Amino acid sequence: MLDRMVESTLVRGIFGHSDMHRRQFMKLVGGGTAAAALASFLPMEAIKAAVKEDMGPLEKTRLNVGFVPITCATPIIMAHPMGFYERYGLDVSVIKTAGWAVARDKSLNREYDAAHMLTPMPLAMTLGAGSTPEPYIMPAVENINGQAIVLHNDHKEKRDPKQWKGFIFGVPFEYSMHNFLLRYYVAEHGLDPDQDIQIRVIPPPEMVANLRAGNIDGFLSPDPFNQRAVYERIGFIHLLTKEIWEGHPCCAFATSQAFATENPNTYGALLRSIIDATQYSSKQENRKEIAAAIAPTNYLNQPVTVIEQVLTGTYADGLGGVQRVPDRIDFDPFPWHSMAVWILTQMKRWGYIEGDVNYQQIAEQVYLASDAGKVMRELGYDAPDEASRNYEIMGKTFDYTQPEAYVKSFAIGRG
Amino acid sequence: MDRTTTEWNLSLNMRATLVALVLLVVGLGLWEGLNQVPSGGNTAEMTEYEKLMGGVEDTARVPPPSDVIERAWQELSNPFYDAGPNDKGIGIQLGYSLYRVLTGYLLAAAVAIPVGFLIGMSPLMYRALNPFIQVLKPISPLAWMPLALFIIRDSEASAIFVIFICSIWPMLINTAFGVAGVREDWVNVARTHELSPLKTAFKVILPAAAPTILTGMRISIGIAWLVIVAAEMLVGGTGIGYYVWNEWNNLDLTSVIFSILMIGVVGMLLDMCLATVSRLVTYEE
Repeated sequence: MLDRMVESTLVRGIFGHSDMHRRQFMKLVGGGTAAAALASFLPMEAIKAAVKEDMGPLEKTRLNVGFVPITCATPIIMAHPMGFYERYGLDVSVIKTAGWAVARDKSLNREYDAAHMLTPMPLAMTLGAGSTPEPYIMPAVENINGQAIVLHNDHKEKRDPKQWKGFIFGVPFEYSMHNFLLRYYVAEHGLDPDQDIQIRVIPPPEMVANLRAGNIDGFLSPDPFNQRAVYERIGFIHLLTKEIWEGHPCCAFATSQAFATENPNTYGALLRSIIDATQYSSKQENRKEIAAAIAPTNYLNQPVTVIEQVLTGTYADGLGGVQRVPDRIDFDPFPWHSMAVWILTQMKRWGYIEGDVNYQQIAEQVYLASDAGKVMRELGYDAPDEASRNYEIMGKTFDYTQPEAYVKSFAIGRG
Repeated sequence: MDRTTTEWNLSLNMRATLVALVLLVVGLGLWEGLNQVPSGGNTAEMTEYEKLMGGVEDTARVPPPSDVIERAWQELSNPFYDAGPNDKGIGIQLGYSLYRVLTGYLLAAAVAIPVGFLIGMSPLMYRALNPFIQVLKPISPLAWMPLALFIIRDSEASAIFVIFICSIWPMLINTAFGVAGVREDWVNVARTHELSPLKTAFKVILPAAAPTILTGMRISIGIAWLVIVAAEMLVGGTGIGYYVWNEWNNLDLTSVIFSILMIGVVGMLLDMCLATVSRLVTYEE
């Protein structure tokens, strides 16, 4: 077991540039055992209702929360300059992290008490796919929508994905909605993402530099880098991901099961401040103020106009037009179980996990919908009564009760 | 005759300085001249699209040296400001990097020099350890990072470990080489005086091998300084490497060029320190 983890950490590589061959490696060592091992790792009952009704004294007030400098992390970041952590008695340092692999490792090392992650990451970490298995929980989603496919200016005539054979695309991480949405999108247009195009893992800030250098033809990446590519006159926005799946989750607020169990009151206070900040961010009228608060060097380190275009949805598309899409990015904390199930179906579909997957069980363990719902109601926001629903993705229905059949229903896939 | 030689030398130095200055001025002038923002024609009201795009100019350019000098002035006039965990002055960042480099480097020296002595004095140990050294030496120090993060479980200590592992090899090999190359007669003289092995090591071999050891230490400090930038770009948080990464994130080439210069200057200073020390231990046979 240790050998495998050490090896896979090594293989994961340093520069994040390597292609998707790591996945074949996982296949070789047998990722399928992970799902079976899961049940023994997770104390099911302890997880449920981790948030208490009454808050006792905080076990810990000084916290380190990691973030990757992208607009998806808006609520986690802006909660600092705009005083949301303080409001709940917490002294939080928000720490900028260079990439997702390091964010994951620093979380596993407990250098971070909680962190901004991609929604598939807590699932993958809990399953031990690509890292040490460690029970992680995701009590809140950060943003929905808010990503885009950007192509190099040279490809202005190639707007039909069928013309993309041989293209090289960047995604920020393997276990990301970006990877899964890009795969889904090209596969729906008849391209096999493992054969017909090349998908490379590239940290977001390097995307724009690589696009300029012509090393990649495009990327599906988080903002502000989509808008930054336009602002730098290197690329144009081909499509917003909301056009693939309206309301898809993207980034998340996650922490280890151990942190929540050991510090229930602190965990409760932190979750309240995050959900409060997320709801505040979802209001259009607050977006300009937020853009100004998170643009400085200490946070995103970007020109204010770029952040503003992302958050307000009034943006230059790079093709000479000004688009007005107020929900280009939106913020909604509720972690639907069905979102987790969809992500797991895609992990299965593309061979990131193998064997029998207990979709519903894993979803319930990691995506703490009941915690989020409770806090949302307590703070006076509407929360859904159920935790699962079906989705319409590019005209195809996803039925959360039939995940295995859904995986099998795709013509292109490995699962 | 002596006089003319000195005068000729003096004028050679002066001429070299002159040429260097001319190269500098011409280089900076070309760099400045070729990267000017085209002027004029921009008085008309910008459209909404142009405003969102930040103007009408449409090609990216390398920032001219005047911008870099201006940025350097800004940064160096307030090098120790601290505006939160992700925004600190250049002096603080360099301080973090130097602290990591020196800690890792000194730990490496503490291990490499005794082990190097052992290998250099004992053909048996040389043969026994050589295969390990040969395999471990060519590994890129950054390749250790994922493993270090996993085992040490601390990103700060992992960065120091990476410095340790990259600076150990030149010191180890040079020490072994220097110790093994001490002239046989000197060791024999020590033996006839019935010096203990420990005394021989300190009184005879150490002074004799010191210049070679110092060369290894000088190579090591250079490598350590090269590696810290990459390690900090990877792990982030603080240090000059983080500073470069953070400005790259913002595609701010002016700051990147400024930090490149700072990295060069600090690296040169580190090298000069070691060069001074190694001059102290050189001897003529």
